[in-house]
Amino acid sequence: MKQISGNRLLVKALKEEGVDVIFGYPGACTIDISDELYKQNNLDVILPRHEQALVHEADAYARTTGKVGVCLVTSGPGATNLVTGLATANYDSVPLVCFTGQVARHLIGNDAFQEVDIVGITRSITKYGVTVRRREDLGRIIKEAFYIARTGRPGPVLIDLPKDVMAELGSPEYPKTVNIRGYKPNSSIHMGQLKKALKLLQKAKKPLFLAGGGVNIAGAGEIFTQVAEKTQVPVVTTIMGRGAISTNHPLFIGNLGMHGAYAANMAVNNCDLLFSMGTRFNDRITGKLHEFAPHAQIVHIDIDTASISRNIHVDIPIVADAKEALTKMDAYVEPCSTGKWLKEIHAWQEEHPLTMKKRALMGPLDILQEINRQFDKAILVTDVGQHQMLVTQYAEITEKKKLIMSGGLGTMGYGLPGAIGAKIGNPDIPVIAVSGDGGMQMNIQELATAVLEELPVILCIFNNEYLGMVRQWQKLFYGKRYSMTNLRAGALSRRTDGEELPPYTPDFVKLAQSYGADGIRVTKKEEIAPAFERAKTHTKTPTVIEFILDPEEMVYPMIKPGGTLADMIMDC
Amino acid sequence: MEKGMKKRWISLYVENQIGVLSKISGLFSGKCYNLDSLTVGTTEDPTVSRMTIATVSDDETFEQIKKQLNRMVEVIKVIDFTDIFIRMKEILYVKVRDCSLEEKIELFQIAETFKGRVIDCGKDSLLLEFVQTAAKNDAVVNLFKEEFKNIEVVRGGSVGIESISMMEH
Repeated sequence: MKQISGNRLLVKALKEEGVDVIFGYPGACTIDISDELYKQNNLDVILPRHEQALVHEADAYARTTGKVGVCLVTSGPGATNLVTGLATANYDSVPLVCFTGQVARHLIGNDAFQEVDIVGITRSITKYGVTVRRREDLGRIIKEAFYIARTGRPGPVLIDLPKDVMAELGSPEYPKTVNIRGYKPNSSIHMGQLKKALKLLQKAKKPLFLAGGGVNIAGAGEIFTQVAEKTQVPVVTTIMGRGAISTNHPLFIGNLGMHGAYAANMAVNNCDLLFSMGTRFNDRITGKLHEFAPHAQIVHIDIDTASISRNIHVDIPIVADAKEALTKMDAYVEPCSTGKWLKEIHAWQEEHPLTMKKRALMGPLDILQEINRQFDKAILVTDVGQHQMLVTQYAEITEKKKLIMSGGLGTMGYGLPGAIGAKIGNPDIPVIAVSGDGGMQMNIQELATAVLEELPVILCIFNNEYLGMVRQWQKLFYGKRYSMTNLRAGALSRRTDGEELPPYTPDFVKLAQSYGADGIRVTKKEEIAPAFERAKTHTKTPTVIEFILDPEEMVYPMIKPGGTLADMIMDC
Repeated sequence: MEKGMKKRWISLYVENQIGVLSKISGLFSGKCYNLDSLTVGTTEDPTVSRMTIATVSDDETFEQIKKQLNRMVEVIKVIDFTDIFIRMKEILYVKVRDCSLEEKIELFQIAETFKGRVIDCGKDSLLLEFVQTAAKNDAVVNLFKEEFKNIEVVRGGSVGIESISMMEH
């Protein structure tokens, strides 16, 4: 059999794994791989402007297509720029395979040009990472990487490729099967445990479903809705679980947690059975741990054993994929008599409905309601901060919509590259990103990628001239000392000679135009709908819509950090 | 020790690959788990290494440690040594310097009493070896610290294996 180089085997492997697009940035240690990619036309190569954005793009592509996102970057700085994106994907269980270039084996350890120990650096933020040290291992390692990334609790895998290993000739075979003795993802569900849990469900007077991101990752929304309808058990979701059941569904109460709906948090606080799946009970949803769901027995279904009973005590742990568990549940569940309990919850909803004060000029709610009105099929992407929490509160996520964001790590700068990755994976679905003026500037260079790839994404900027969420904490808990949060502060604002600041820093409209995108500035309500209408007319051009908002806008309700779900700050 | 905290042992089968030791010790440091001792060596199968890990933790943390180890791709098997019959020993070397003749005699007596051996000596120094449980070695080290000024101690960390008969817990 004719021998081939490692570089060629890599490209062959990508094809056999069904990869149709990769996100790559070249360099000296991967130039041979770039050359192999040039010689084929099975897969598209996207060239972002920065490796951090590159991983986010692959990440959003994976989240919105269910496929594995593939990255290729060079050694040294190319590799270290992946770090934030890997941690983001790891936290939110996103399947990625990232190939990093590495210097030749005889140079490793010599502090060679662009050499870093990227496997060592990323050990705690990847599901698995390995340096390929022998050409004959290459095929097996790639095969295993894809398998590890997409099975069990999905996650990012990093493969480090020394240049000389990749140049070496070897077998052209790409393995068909995988056998890793230390990695056997859970596949069957413990029926005894599940039946015990269902018995509790049938007996409970105030049962509550809690759906986390795991339900969405498993694609279990439909079956989950069916189970909720059959049992008539009300539902709360985490921000990552939003959309597991349509947010318009009568059984959906809201998100729980730090900025959750009043009724949702009250329901958690008063339920006698919290039937949870696909969540790791992060501190942002539990508040003070030992006062979380104080009256409830807790059932926890999760694919990851290590997520069960880590933060809270669980009465019935079940290790399973959410979709499989729900499918089994569907066969056994019977209606629960939740009429009285639902009334109690509706009373809370009426007492404190999720709402924002009406603004004369324009408030965030006006924008989000317009998005709900104009798009019945869409992928929403957020950045991180106030606007993100507002989207999780007010965006309607129905069966035809999807919401993605950096939920676990809270990575600013995710929004724009996230929209790009989502659009590349879903060219026929409108993609709308919502960012703050802070997050937008963390990966603003990706406007070039969006323009050159002809992606008609709609990029909303909630511009309040501040890092709003930190400002919100400063306003509530730090005596309004707005330290380091004013995005227009600087030497000019510190001088007192009366010189005026330029009106915008940056001028997002001009900036968009300079990249070749459309730019619209919206300052009042009446301009919102036309702005989206105009954006929708573009078929190949991204649109940046900058909304000028009041820095005093706050996100309520809010649970004080370390507080309990019962004491919410409603407004001030 | 804090409430619920106690010493526990885990035996691990891991892939004998570069970086595995670092990944496991990194898990302990990254998640603030106590790592009391860790030993590692290859087994009869050169692709597999076996580790014995001693940690001081409460029940919940210990459960979490086992789960976290189990989910690592490179970890083949995790055995909890808490409630099974095992054999476990640790090697301890103590070098004592600047000792008088009387002290040398005393050292031979200590070696005999504590089931150690004198394995090397010089004009005014002795080297002792103890192979016993870590707890007994703790006692020996304490004794040497009290009785002798110029000592040098090196310990190997516990190495354990499941018993065949049920002799020692």
